[in-house]
Amino acid sequence: MVKKDILKHELVPDHVVLSKSDVKKVLKKLDIHPEQLPKIKADDPVVKAIEAKPGDILKITRKSQTAGKFETYRLVLD
Amino acid sequence: MDIEKVEKVVKKKRAKFPEKLIQEIAEAAERHDLDDKELDELVKEIKRAYIRSEVESGEAVGTVAAQSVGEPGTQMTMRTFHYAGVAELNVTLGLPRLIEIVDARKKISTPTMAIYFDEDHAADEEFVRTIANRIGKITFNDILKDFNVNYASMNMSVEIDEEQVKEKRLDYDEVLAKIEKAFKSVEINNNLLSFEPKITDPKHAIRELRLLADKVRDLQISGIKNIGKVVIRKEGQEWVIHTEGSNLGAVLKMDGVDRVRTTTNDIHEVEKVLGIEAARNSIIHEAQTTMEEQGLTVDVRHIMLVADMMTADGIVKSIGRHGISGEKASVLARASFEETGKHLLRASIRGEVDHLTGIIENIIIGQPIPLGTGSVGVIMKEK
Repeated sequence: MVKKDILKHELVPDHVVLSKSDVKKVLKKLDIHPEQLPKIKADDPVVKAIEAKPGDILKITRKSQTAGKFETYRLVLD
Repeated sequence: MDIEKVEKVVKKKRAKFPEKLIQEIAEAAERHDLDDKELDELVKEIKRAYIRSEVESGEAVGTVAAQSVGEPGTQMTMRTFHYAGVAELNVTLGLPRLIEIVDARKKISTPTMAIYFDEDHAADEEFVRTIANRIGKITFNDILKDFNVNYASMNMSVEIDEEQVKEKRLDYDEVLAKIEKAFKSVEINNNLLSFEPKITDPKHAIRELRLLADKVRDLQISGIKNIGKVVIRKEGQEWVIHTEGSNLGAVLKMDGVDRVRTTTNDIHEVEKVLGIEAARNSIIHEAQTTMEEQGLTVDVRHIMLVADMMTADGIVKSIGRHGISGEKASVLARASFEETGKHLLRASIRGEVDHLTGIIENIIIGQPIPLGTGSVGVIMKEK
């Protein structure tokens, strides 16, 4: 199995690394520090597949039974 | 009515609706054939109802979730061993399963997988059976026709059942190669094999012969680690393999397996192979199906909150002493939950400080709690 294959699995939602300007926007909108976000480990299979670096903030677009689509964020741990 | 139009109206009314609600509005507008003015009015009313039904800041959502999951839990059967679908596979359900999920057990009692196949192979029974035999555990014992231990000549002769080998879709030469690799002293004569034990101490010769006999029989010919029995079932138009035991990583690497739908019920394995977000989805799915199977309905939001808490730190943590409750910042909160003495003693040794920001701490010392109307304070303007 190629590393990227897991991204297609139905249990895995979309993960996108946020750009610097988007990070600023998100943190301002939520009015929090990055450390207050939920975390994701640097050796998480998805983090490795999309090649995110520690300190990055990922935007995760979940499929939600209640909202249809829901966006959330996770901070990649060191 | 198209969704874009509804989205435009929603935007105009400055409402922030989730995708699904917008879809529902569009469907309702279509059904009742609403004109623009009526749609405006509808969105306005929905906005009011939506804002009113939103959870207020300071609401004790955790307590509500705990009660909402806990109460139906009291109605669950204490002990259920249920055979799901086919009578051959045993799956833990009911309360024991729910406890397993929230405790985030490393070793669950009945791991099981549902293996699907991609479009080209889903209807191909022969292919699915071949894969099933590659996945399921087959020992040498399963393909034997005759097994004789001869105590006089201190050896044993074994006859391989060629029909069984064919039936199980194994490769004859590969089987022989496996046996030769595992037992150096084997002599192969067509499908007759003879084994001789290496006798180090003549006193224990018989025991060693018997030990070798067991070893020969238990030699694994085929199968993936941690997977035992497999059951092949036809579900609708396609063939699906259900397994006893689970190894998601290895199965997903196999050719022909559907890498989108194939799953396991082992949450830690999902975390390891597919990541923390997949583990969160898996917790929600497992908890919800466990409740539903017992005829209980819990609003999925409560379960989502539980799953969010369990996965917030990037690893799957249990609810309770060893997980979320045991890692609370406040000493008093931890002490009031479980192991009171341990926490108070440790805190006094380390000189921990309790900032009294939580609920329990403030109840203990008799202050208003930071919840609901208690969560707001007054700040004076500096001048």
